[in-house]
Amino acid sequence: MSYDKPLPVIDHDSAPYWDAAREGRLDIPLCDDCGQHHFYPRAVCPHCYSDKLKFDTVSGRGTVHTYTVSSRPPGPAFADDVPYVVALIDLEEGPRMMSRIETDDPEAVRIGSEVEVVFVKATDEVTFPHFKLAK
Amino acid sequence: MKNGREPVIVGLADAPLEGGRFAKNASVLGHCALVANEALKEAGLSMKDVDGLLTAGMWGVPGPGQLPTVTLGEYLGIMPMFVDGTNIGGSAFEAHVAHAAMALREGYCEVALIVYGSDQKSLRSRTLGGRPSVLSMQHETPYGMLTPVGGYAMAARRHMHEYGTTSEHLAEIAVSTRKWAQLNPAATRQDDLSIDDVMNSMMVSDPLHLLDCCLVTDGAGAIVMTTAERAKDLKTMPVSVKGYGECHSHWAVSEMPDLAHLLPAAKAGKRAMEMAGVTHSDIDVTQIYDSFTITVLLSLEALGFCKPGEGGAFVSGQRTAPGGEFALNTSGGGLSALHPGMFGMFLLIEATRQLRGECGARQVKDAETALVHGTGGTLSSGATVILQKGLQA
Ligand SMILES: [Zn+2]
Repeated sequence: MSYDKPLPVIDHDSAPYWDAAREGRLDIPLCDDCGQHHFYPRAVCPHCYSDKLKFDTVSGRGTVHTYTVSSRPPGPAFADDVPYVVALIDLEEGPRMMSRIETDDPEAVRIGSEVEVVFVKATDEVTFPHFKLAK
Repeated sequence: MKNGREPVIVGLADAPLEGGRFAKNASVLGHCALVANEALKEAGLSMKDVDGLLTAGMWGVPGPGQLPTVTLGEYLGIMPMFVDGTNIGGSAFEAHVAHAAMALREGYCEVALIVYGSDQKSLRSRTLGGRPSVLSMQHETPYGMLTPVGGYAMAARRHMHEYGTTSEHLAEIAVSTRKWAQLNPAATRQDDLSIDDVMNSMMVSDPLHLLDCCLVTDGAGAIVMTTAERAKDLKTMPVSVKGYGECHSHWAVSEMPDLAHLLPAAKAGKRAMEMAGVTHSDIDVTQIYDSFTITVLLSLEALGFCKPGEGGAFVSGQRTAPGGEFALNTSGGGLSALHPGMFGMFLLIEATRQLRGECGARQVKDAETALVHGTGGTLSSGATVILQKGLQA
C-alpha cells in the first residue's frame, strides 16, 4: 500500500531523530552546555547557541498545549482522516512539538490533557511519533 | 533635525477587481507595472524617476534563487540603485515602508516604488496549502494541519483557554469589517452578515469558522515614497511616515514563543509609536491585518489598544464598525474587501486614502494619524507604520 501524504525530507540535523522514531524511541537533542533539550533538531542549541549537542531518549510523555480539529483536509491524501486532531505537545522535558493525537473522539481532547507517544509507521523509512491520551 | 529628507507617501494605486478577479487581463508582473504607473502618475512622477524598488510576492521564475526585485525591475525597464525584496509574509510592505524611509533619509534613493501583485484567484492557486516538507517544515507538514489557518486556530483556542474569549467575540470582528465593506464600492463581499452567520458557517479548523477567514482574491497595489522636499513639487497631498518597527519570531507553529500573545507585534508597535511620538489616543484610524478574525484580536492586544485578554470586550457591541468608537479596517479588510495572499499593501493604501480624505461614505472624519499593522506567516512577523496627514513639523 503506498503512502501518499507528505513525508519528511530527512537531513543531517534530523536523521538521528527519524532513525530513532523508526526504532520506537523519541530521541531529541540535549545540550551539554546548558542542559536543555530542544526540538526540532538543530546543529546549534537555540537556547545557548552551543554546538555540543547529543540525542537523548525522552519519556514520550507530555501535555496538550493547544490543538485544532481539522475538518477540511489540506489535500486529498488527508481526506479519509477527517476529522483529526493536530496538536502542539509540551514534552515533559520542555520542548514543544507538533503532532497528531490518535483518538476516535476529538471532543475528548482538552488543553492540558496528558498524552503519551505512539509510533505510527508510514513507510519503511519513516515512522511518525503521534500521541494518545494517557489513561 | 528637519532637513527635507523626511519620508512621505506621495502616490498609490490598486488594481480594480471584479468578483475578486482582476478586471483587466495581464500577467502578474503586468499588473504590478500597471499599478506602479498609476501610482507614479498621480504624484506627477514617471517610471524614469524611480531609483528605489521594493517588492515581495509569491510569483517568481521557478528554480533556485528567485530574484523578485531583479525580475520585476527588468520587466519595468528600470535599473534601481536601492532594492529590497524582504519577504516576511503579508506584513512585508509595512517593512518595505520602513526600509524605504531609512533609504530616503540617508539619501540612498529619491523615489521609492513599493509594488505587489498576485493572481492567485485567477490561477486558482493558493500555494500555502501545504508547505514542502523540508527543513523545519518536515516536522509539521506531515501532520496535515491546514495551513495557515490551523496555526491561527491553535492560537485562538489558546486565547480562549487563557482568557475566556469566545467565537462570538471573533464573529464581532467579521461583522464590523463587513459593515465597512458595505461602504466601499471596491470591496468584494458586500452582502449583509450577522454574528450568527459567522458562527453557523462551516467549521474549517476548529475553533475557526469559514467566515473567520479572509477572502481569496487577486490583487495588485503600489505605493510611491519620496522626501518631504521633493513632495512639495508633486501633485498629491503628502502623507508623512512618522514611525515604523518590525520583528519576527518563528515559522514553524511549534516555535511560536507564546500562542496567545503576539510578541513581534508588541515590539514593532512600541518602536513605531515611540519613534512617531504618538500615544494610542492620537490614533484616528487603524488598519490591522485581518487574515483571520483572531489575528485582529491578538494584534489589538499586542499593540496596546487594550490589555492582554481584553480583546474580546474591546470588539464587542460592534465598537469597531462604522459609527463605532474605534475606526478599524475601514476598507472592509482582508475579510471582506480583498485578500490576494499578502494583504499588508492594502492596509497602507487604505490608511493613506483615509488621511488624504478620499474615502467617501467610509471616510473617518478629521483623520490625521493612522496606525497600520501587518502580520505575516503564521503569526510569524509583525510590522507597524505610523502615518500622519501632510508634511509634519
Ligand atoms: Zn544549550
